[in-house]
Amino acid sequence: MTDEPLLRVSALSKFYGSRVGCENVTFDLWPGEVLAVVGESGSGKTTLLNCLSTRLLPSSGTASYRMRDGQWRELYRMSEAERRFLMRTDWGFVHQNPADGLRMTVSAGANVGERLMAVGDRHYGKIRATAVDWLSRVEIDEDRIDDEPRAFSGGMRQRLQIARNLVTGPRLVFMDEPTGGLDVSVQARLLDLLRGLVTDLGLAAIVVTHDLAVARLLSQRMMVMKDGRVVESGLTDRVLDDPRAPYTQLLVSSILQV
Amino acid sequence: MATPLVVSDVAKSFTMHLRDGVTLPVVAGVSFSIRAGECAVLGGPSGAGKSSILKMLYGNYAVDEGQIIVQHGGGLIDLASASPRTVLSVRRHTIGYVSQFLRTVPRVSALDVVAEPLVERGEDRDSARAKARSLLQQLNLPEKLWALPPATFSGGEQQRVNIARGFITEHPILLLDEPTASLDARNRDVVVELIAAKKAAGVALLGIFHDLDVRDAAADRVIDVTAFAAGKIAA
Repeated sequence: MTDEPLLRVSALSKFYGSRVGCENVTFDLWPGEVLAVVGESGSGKTTLLNCLSTRLLPSSGTASYRMRDGQWRELYRMSEAERRFLMRTDWGFVHQNPADGLRMTVSAGANVGERLMAVGDRHYGKIRATAVDWLSRVEIDEDRIDDEPRAFSGGMRQRLQIARNLVTGPRLVFMDEPTGGLDVSVQARLLDLLRGLVTDLGLAAIVVTHDLAVARLLSQRMMVMKDGRVVESGLTDRVLDDPRAPYTQLLVSSILQV
Repeated sequence: MATPLVVSDVAKSFTMHLRDGVTLPVVAGVSFSIRAGECAVLGGPSGAGKSSILKMLYGNYAVDEGQIIVQHGGGLIDLASASPRTVLSVRRHTIGYVSQFLRTVPRVSALDVVAEPLVERGEDRDSARAKARSLLQQLNLPEKLWALPPATFSGGEQQRVNIARGFITEHPILLLDEPTASLDARNRDVVVELIAAKKAAGVALLGIFHDLDVRDAAADRVIDVTAFAAGKIAA
């Protein structure tokens, strides 16, 4: 672990007119650290994620990112082109619905290869070999490489989306309900896969989820949001085993025991 | 002798916001220290706060008052007020914990569950697995189980995986939450041997043992938790 964070977020707020999206969110994220953002629908967690990934511009506040060359850059002062480049290379974004993050009408191999070409790879054989390698890492058989994701199951699509995001070796990955809408058995497989990849690659990740079990399995740190504000934050197991805020206690006590 | 863990005036209560904010005091005025090479035991009846104390020492429960001073990375830090990042670093390098129950992860083999703490500390996977094998052997876990995820194991088998996972590292402080609760006599003896080896290596151990045989064999002294009953101090 290095001693410098990767991302510094300070007093970030987003208002939709007079309605609060998220308000006054401050935190640091270190390399290799997985932060879970939990809360019920409408708590502002997706707004926060979209602001952090610059898909949405905040109303106020700052977020700085430490680039690969060690330089700190203020995200909301970068040009659109610079932000897009960051998004394509150093960052990943895993959407809840794989169709939002994949190109559904080109082959699985091309979905993975496209990100490589975006960072300047031109050698077809190399791109294909890397694509095959990544498909196997997310447990998709090599003989499906020329199929379109339209022909994949939900779990496979989600794994393909993960491969597409990780192929460029990003340092920071945003995930919006990565296991939402999947069967429990498919979910377990995906979680296990994500957990392994995050550990092996030393990724930093911000995972938005309403599922506390997902947060427990994937993250070391957690922020609980309600009505756009962070009501509690800390070590994931501390927040879940000794919840202090009334809302966190309600969330934790609402988990169904299996 | 070195004293890697000093607890002073720690208090803990739970505020139940869903029950009209009623406050349940757990412990107060908790003060003790553990020397390197000794095994102390938290004693007292169920509900006295033994597990809560252990969980505070691991950063799993928040601390209301007081300090938990730990020798970490060549300096002293107060775990009670440390940032989550510091607590994670303390767990990786300084304080190990054997919990009562194994929290299983789908699809990870018993061998890798045991080896993981070493891999996290930067040891290469092969040598971590070799150490895991020898510990599982010592704990008499049948070899045919090593490649399987422990979710389907019996209670005793899971506990042995958990013990191996806790004992594999060279953390200078080791917390044990009833590590022998569901073990047979032969395996209890193995745990007693493992504890003795840790003591010889200069590890400071703090445990909860309901099993009197294990307690007598392993412990150097008993810390009476009833002395820290929250009501006593308040009254």
